[in-house]
Amino acid sequence: MTALLDIKDLVVEFPVGGRVVQAVTRVSLTVQRGETLGLVGESGCGKSTLGRAVLQLYQPKSGAVVFDGQDLTKLSPPLMRKMRQRLQMIFQDPIASLNPRRRVGDIVAEPLIIAGVTDADERLRRVRAVLTEVGLDPDITMARLPHEFSGGQCQRISIARALILEPELIVCDEPVSALDVSIRAQIVNLLEDMKDRYGLTLLFIAHDLAVVKAVSDRVAVMYLGRICEVAPTETLFRTPAHPYTRLLLDAIPMPDPDIRPVEGVAVGEPPSPIAPPSGCRFRTRCPRAAGRCAAEMPELVALPSGQMVACHFPLI
Amino acid sequence: MSMLEVENTIVDLPTPRGMLRAVDGVDLTLEAGKTLGVVGESGSGKTMLSRAILQLLPRRAKLSGAIRFDGQDMTRIPAETLRKLRAKSVAVVFQDPMTSLNPVLTIGTQLTETMREHLGVSQSEAISRGIALLAEVGIPSPEQRMGNYPHQLSGGMRQRVAIAIALSCAPKLLIADEPTTALDVTVQAQILDLLAREQRSRHMAMMLITHDLGVVAGRTDEVAVMYAGRVVERAPTRELFHHMRMPYTAALMAALPKLDAPPHTRLPAIGGRPPDPINPPPGCSFAPRCSYADAVCDKAKPPLSAPDRMAHQFACIRPLPVKVAA
Amino acid sequence: MAAVRRRTGLLFWCALGWITLVLVLAIIAGVLPIPSPTDMDIFARRKGPSLAHLLGTDSLGRDVLARLIYGARISLSVGLLAPVIGLSIGGALGLLAGYFRGRFETFVTGGVDVVLAFPPLILAMAVTAYLGQSIVNLTLVLGFLGIPAFTRVARAATLTFSAREFVTAARALGAGHARIILKELLPNVALPLGAFFLLGVAVTIVVEGALSFLGLGVPPPAPSWGVMIGEGRESLEMAPALAFLPAVVMFLTVLSFNLVGDTLRALTDPRQGAL
Repeated sequence: MTALLDIKDLVVEFPVGGRVVQAVTRVSLTVQRGETLGLVGESGCGKSTLGRAVLQLYQPKSGAVVFDGQDLTKLSPPLMRKMRQRLQMIFQDPIASLNPRRRVGDIVAEPLIIAGVTDADERLRRVRAVLTEVGLDPDITMARLPHEFSGGQCQRISIARALILEPELIVCDEPVSALDVSIRAQIVNLLEDMKDRYGLTLLFIAHDLAVVKAVSDRVAVMYLGRICEVAPTETLFRTPAHPYTRLLLDAIPMPDPDIRPVEGVAVGEPPSPIAPPSGCRFRTRCPRAAGRCAAEMPELVALPSGQMVACHFPLI
Repeated sequence: MSMLEVENTIVDLPTPRGMLRAVDGVDLTLEAGKTLGVVGESGSGKTMLSRAILQLLPRRAKLSGAIRFDGQDMTRIPAETLRKLRAKSVAVVFQDPMTSLNPVLTIGTQLTETMREHLGVSQSEAISRGIALLAEVGIPSPEQRMGNYPHQLSGGMRQRVAIAIALSCAPKLLIADEPTTALDVTVQAQILDLLAREQRSRHMAMMLITHDLGVVAGRTDEVAVMYAGRVVERAPTRELFHHMRMPYTAALMAALPKLDAPPHTRLPAIGGRPPDPINPPPGCSFAPRCSYADAVCDKAKPPLSAPDRMAHQFACIRPLPVKVAA
Repeated sequence: MAAVRRRTGLLFWCALGWITLVLVLAIIAGVLPIPSPTDMDIFARRKGPSLAHLLGTDSLGRDVLARLIYGARISLSVGLLAPVIGLSIGGALGLLAGYFRGRFETFVTGGVDVVLAFPPLILAMAVTAYLGQSIVNLTLVLGFLGIPAFTRVARAATLTFSAREFVTAARALGAGHARIILKELLPNVALPLGAFFLLGVAVTIVVEGALSFLGLGVPPPAPSWGVMIGEGRESLEMAPALAFLPAVVMFLTVLSFNLVGDTLRALTDPRQGAL
């Protein structure tokens, strides 16, 4: 396997009320071709920003996003526009990600028009094919407006729009978080099917660890703009190395009445990214924190178990 | 007599397309000091049911049936009596503390206002009680926090404040409507812990409304599962999770991604989607999506009953067999 | 269609009917069998309704009905054209400012504040004094004064919609600025702008009336409703109908535009049909 996406030392900053907030701090990640990399973390940890920075929707301050050998941050606008056909995105809010005043047929055909497919018959044929592919009936859906569909169906439309150009990488930004459990499973299965069918590589961003576990080959955990841990999915869930990963796992409410929730596993809330703690950013909530954690920011290092962890006192 | 008795409650909402039956004949009871989990997906009617219990339905909604609190039918008492009764006996915590708290009033004002109005305590007494409450719900340096506005707090802290306000008049019943859905998983665990602790120490009854089976599993005495406006299964929590009888409950459980399953395990999804609440099917509402359904299921809505054991009720003609212990 | 009728009610159709009636009469005024609105009959001043003059005559012996209908021509053309100026310039500025943000937005909002701070009466007087009193000048002044409001409405709506994910989705697809503005934003911003346009028509008709009443609007002897109210004021005691009739016509027209605007906005909101 070769790395399709290679994020190197990426920094993304935003001006907030006269100050600069670093949403993503020196993040390095690779995604292999054909792989699903899960990216988990709590709200405000920068996972969405990272996903959007990969697509150059935010201009990174420094670092590189190398996609198939080309640094996207250095591409000229016309070349980047061309490149966008190979990179797509699916959003969290299925309703908001579709223009309420455009018909579904037009929404799904839009990528083709932008990509310069001028033949209207070909566009129609491809729109019909991809709608069928995601489980929608083109005869019923194409002439309708998004609000006539349920959340799950809107997400199918979004997926159709992302697939129509047969991209290589799809950034899925919390694609099932807004959906009900019974619909969520349908969409997760659809994404898995489409991944096989189109040979996709996925960057799957979510806060729900169970969903991430179901779809990912490897998982990266983010906290306050930094990557804490990257590991193969099974390893990460079985033997988490970072105390924050441990905390996330312990906090999941289990649908099993025989597992009594342990009270007091979690303390505090993530500090504001405007003024992150010195050293290790998790130290203010970490049961293992020591003096060194405040002084020195831990770097991501490989452990013998094959996982990468950024912690002075890893759990394994 | 139970503390809360909901009897054949029906809520109809007028819409441009016709009457929408949000709650369709729900019966529930809740004893003092117990926790009832109400699980359902969006549109299942769980929120409308809680609004009906609180008598906070939209004005155009039509409510029928009886909702008795300590034997008093809340739907039949004068508005002023209801207001007083509600303030001291039932309190609610909503999903989004950002919208349930008033953004232009300080936390102290919002906390003390309710206590002064309903408990008739003095301002200084209300302030000292308010500070004690904030400390109780785990807010650091509560004296200073009294002067803060909601936007100066984090989401979890805001939900703690909302809980403190709900507890301020010592309610007998706390309705928590998706109290942690807007929060992160680590904060969710803390808020659920807090609710459980308060429920135990105050011997309150609690109705925990959620879409998440995981939230109710470890923290409730009894669970009611709602689908398309009706309670379709109801049992003591352990009994429900171990012996699911209603195919919907079992399918919902199966559709959850499991932490112990290897990656890329195919999820047994429930096909289709919930029925149109304006034109519901004549038979069981889950029948069109149910893999056990047959022609009988489309004829009439099965009642919620307990054919074999009183403690476990389900609304199904073709229930799953009882698992025999190995 | 049945659903539309159920949700609109009788009032909407009355309002629409009134607007249509006034519009049609104004357009075909030239071929209607009515006397000229400017022909004076000194011997038949302030006469009551008769066969020759259905609504009577004014203080100079001119036919009131004819003046009302020709007045509709002027009041409506000013009332419709001036907001078109505001809509096109203000709408475009607001849309661009809301989409591009940054320095351009600062510049536009600053400019809007300056125009808003300008006393409208002084501007009208200044223009009349320098360029002369004409319907075109009046329309231009009213159109110019309408720009800030349209800019604000367009900018606010654009800001809301720009934050929605479908705009991000279009950017991720590589759509250019023009395509995003025209295909994604404009259809959404057009709705609140359209509703505001109808409100603008109503306000402009009133303002035109007020300016003409003050003698700063339409030059005599051309009839406009405001001019007629102004002239009628002089003979309020003798013939109150002379001021009252154009006032009622103006009131009904303005009310109708507001009603239609509100109903259309409610009807075309895509979320309304969701339930």
